[in-house]
Amino acid sequence: MAHISEVNVQAAAVPPTEIEVKLRRQRRISATLRYGLLVIVGLIMIYPLIWMIGASFKTNAEMFSSAGFWPKEPTIQGYIDGWKTSTPYTFGHFFLNSLWIVLPKVIGTAISCTLVAYGFARFDFPGKKILFVTVIATLLLPNVVTRIPQYLLFRELGWLDSFLPLWVPSAFAGDAFFVFMVIQFLRAIPRDMEEAARVDGASTLQTLIYIVVPMLAPAIISVCLFQFMWTMNDFLGPLIYISSVENYPVSLALKLSIDTTEAFNWNQILAMSVLTLTPSLIVFFMAQKYFIEGISSGGVKG
Amino acid sequence: MGGDSKFLGLWYVAPYVIGLLLFTAFPFVASFFLSFTDYDLLSRPEWVGTKNYEKLFTRDRTFDKSLKVTLIYVFTTVPLKLTFALFIAVVLNYRLKAINLFRTAYYVPSILGGSIAIAVLWRYIFADTGLVNMMIEGFGGDPINWFGEPANALFTITLLRCWQFGSAMVIFLAALQSVDKSLYEAAAIDGAGPWSIFRHVTLPLITPVIFFNLIMQTVQAFQEFNGPYIITQGGPLKSTYLLPLYIYDEAFKSFDMGYASAIAWVLFSIIMVLTLIAFWSSKKWVYYAGDKRS
Repeated sequence: MAHISEVNVQAAAVPPTEIEVKLRRQRRISATLRYGLLVIVGLIMIYPLIWMIGASFKTNAEMFSSAGFWPKEPTIQGYIDGWKTSTPYTFGHFFLNSLWIVLPKVIGTAISCTLVAYGFARFDFPGKKILFVTVIATLLLPNVVTRIPQYLLFRELGWLDSFLPLWVPSAFAGDAFFVFMVIQFLRAIPRDMEEAARVDGASTLQTLIYIVVPMLAPAIISVCLFQFMWTMNDFLGPLIYISSVENYPVSLALKLSIDTTEAFNWNQILAMSVLTLTPSLIVFFMAQKYFIEGISSGGVKG
Repeated sequence: MGGDSKFLGLWYVAPYVIGLLLFTAFPFVASFFLSFTDYDLLSRPEWVGTKNYEKLFTRDRTFDKSLKVTLIYVFTTVPLKLTFALFIAVVLNYRLKAINLFRTAYYVPSILGGSIAIAVLWRYIFADTGLVNMMIEGFGGDPINWFGEPANALFTITLLRCWQFGSAMVIFLAALQSVDKSLYEAAAIDGAGPWSIFRHVTLPLITPVIFFNLIMQTVQAFQEFNGPYIITQGGPLKSTYLLPLYIYDEAFKSFDMGYASAIAWVLFSIIMVLTLIAFWSSKKWVYYAGDKRS
């Protein structure tokens, strides 16, 4: 940077040479091109979402006749009918189910991943190397190969059609990605304060709770946010384990509404799709800093 | 932390160890054994040797088709998505004022993309009279039969996943921003043009994240389920019937657990072999800072 400002000082003193003028013009053209490209790509990216919001307020007839965003005769009929659903339950019931799946799962993930990452990052114990290798291996292991026996196991335990198969693996630090992310974060934090606390007679658990957790807060928040998103979006898990409509989360309820209202009432389905995305969108915009940090530091699927 | 028992750390990782054994290691081994059995949930698993695999590789036309479309899907989606992500990251990696705004806008589809709601949206966007065809007609083109033509149907799913290029892009961008600027200046002074700088300075320096993204995206693409399940239901003519769909149907619709496990193991083996090839070849093309060989 110092190098560049030096050049600028010189440029101010003497009239700019021909090459400098050319370079400056190039830079300006380059910036314009970049902005132009980014804006166009950005609009193409975002337009389907914007269109969806507009379409959810259209009548069914209008939805397939105009590509525009703005509804000609705005109506909230799609939301009213969609909310009622074709089942004895309202869409609100399914939202509560989703919430009831998400909250324990997020809490279990946060606690178990913090404990495990602390163990890996701050202690030496027999078998640590091999265990850490299994974290990486699990990270790459396709779930498809463990899914069937997992199902059989939960069936044996009598957990089918309950939320237990969705909760319990996460409470045992089952998402290797999160463990890995917190370990990486913890390794970058200096140990001075922890050592001082230990010298003062704090136990390792006290050190974890009072010293490490506050410093780890950004990483733990990232873990919670990602787990929230992924669980809200999860479809295959509930599809396999949840069979009665009463226990359906939003993702299954939405699929059910396509099956039952196919070919008509598309605005109902789009309206409920918008509602389904709303919690994730709100959480993302409130806390996007944590998402970008989490993903840049640990790398993430998606 | 000297005075502690050397087993203290084990207490902290105990939840992970229990979870690993119960929910990963045991199912992993069990699915391998199941793949050599006939098991319909009603009677006990019956050992049938390699019968499932023989059927897969010799008599099962559905498997052939499913494997083929899975490979086509992965080998188009992953390169397209990563190239696009890298391209946008390079364009963004410039002293732009609005860089954060763009980064957010591009990241939103990644956050939402896994949701069923987006798959539903896709189904409407690419419908015969949906948004895409309305726009094509608006520009004077002929509407495209997206879901009726086998080649087009698979491409809508590829497009959906490419639309979610944001998370790969954020990783690329972080890597690009950490490249030492003085290297660019040095190369520019030596007379290198922008493309040459990108090709010979930037690209080699970010090979570690290219490698990371490549592996993660490939493993993920092989497991694509939501897209074809919701958008195309595997059709038309099984042209989007990816292996995870086939496994799901065999396991949870036909309750043929043994056969489904065999397909899962074939899929797993393909992913494993490709991952190992990637790791093995990475010695030749991935640059690690401080590595003396480079």
